[in-house]
Amino acid sequence: MALPTTPPGARVVTLEIDGRDLSARDNESIIEVCRENGIAIPSLCYLDGLSVWGACRLCMVEINGQERLYSACSTRVAEGMKVSTGNERLARYRRTIVELLLAERNHVCSVCVSNGHCELQTLAQRCGVDHVRVPYRQARYAVDSSHPSFRLDHNRCVLCSRCVRVCDEIEGAHTWDVMGRGADCLVISDLNRPWGESETCTGCGKCVQVCPTGALVKQGTSVGEMVKDRHFLPILARRRDAR
Amino acid sequence: MNNEAQAPRVSVATAWLDGCSGCHMSLLDIDQRLVELAQKVDIVYSPLVDAKTLPARVDVGILEGSVSTDDDLHKARLFRERCTILVSLGDCAVNGNVPAMRNLFKLTDVMDRAYRENVNIHPVVPVVGVPALLPTVRPVHACVPVDVFVPGCPPSADAIWYVLCELIAGRTPQPGTLTRFGA
Repeated sequence: MALPTTPPGARVVTLEIDGRDLSARDNESIIEVCRENGIAIPSLCYLDGLSVWGACRLCMVEINGQERLYSACSTRVAEGMKVSTGNERLARYRRTIVELLLAERNHVCSVCVSNGHCELQTLAQRCGVDHVRVPYRQARYAVDSSHPSFRLDHNRCVLCSRCVRVCDEIEGAHTWDVMGRGADCLVISDLNRPWGESETCTGCGKCVQVCPTGALVKQGTSVGEMVKDRHFLPILARRRDAR
Repeated sequence: MNNEAQAPRVSVATAWLDGCSGCHMSLLDIDQRLVELAQKVDIVYSPLVDAKTLPARVDVGILEGSVSTDDDLHKARLFRERCTILVSLGDCAVNGNVPAMRNLFKLTDVMDRAYRENVNIHPVVPVVGVPALLPTVRPVHACVPVDVFVPGCPPSADAIWYVLCELIAGRTPQPGTLTRFGA
């Protein structure tokens, strides 16, 4: 979802975020202004440099005088706007969203290759998720290791679609897409073919770099793959002896 | 005798359900602070002490590991019944962690894999002297109410020390900044 384009020469507006008086260009979104001013808003699908998706709902904020919540990534600032980015109600919603994400697929941090480098893990800590109150779904998803350089583990995917957007908008390959609904929703390469057989993938790895979790990773990063190859040793040693 | 020595000591019980004991090891990693801890608490039941039965009333109960067997479930219920404050220590207790990864398979398949497929002499599923596995591995709070959650695999010694100090002081610990899932 791309924000409607504004003509060049955006106007400057003043608004209030968490009681702070701020000025911003009127073509900026609330989350952009917050990040420029060091106001932390959690997000998963939003990534600076990619189009706006508005799917994760973690960046929901309250706007004074409005009953419903607004996603900070897909809402433009306006003159006189009063925004609240964090209160008990928003914290409750954010915590619930992260809990549902953790319960939906397999997110066992301790055995994940992204342990310590995962945005979902960090978000859970930041949002105060010290346990998940809903039952875990215990559903099993596929792992696609067919690509020589990368691996896709659907069990770790949060469907943020950053991979889809970076591949389309930045690399221009559009290898990734989203298929299915609800719990069956998956990111797919080409027309749901194994990634290794993709005719459009350029192997650039941009999708791996933008993935917030351990869903898209480089091959060879899991514990089981840390195999030493010492074939060279007897061969080189023999040749040296023969000399 | 100073006032501190006269203060009533906090009774603490710990148990090791389906986990690797790493959380108990992390508790021991508080190093020299163990001496201070020993002056403030009585460990009345734990894999770390000799006592074989859980007393009728305990101030703080600490559970490591997930609930995977009928014995785990019995212990979790007993701890909840007898402990004023129940602590879920570590990822296995808090979210099921590695033990819960068997939930993706049927229990009979798991047993076959462990005791038949990979065994070449006398393949048999043990039933005597071992607790029966439950069909689904669950975190402690899915079985009994839990008061304090300490995620981490394992939680660091500093996080555990903080939690214990807060509980001894009669406060509710908030270890969120000190530990996290997988940490």
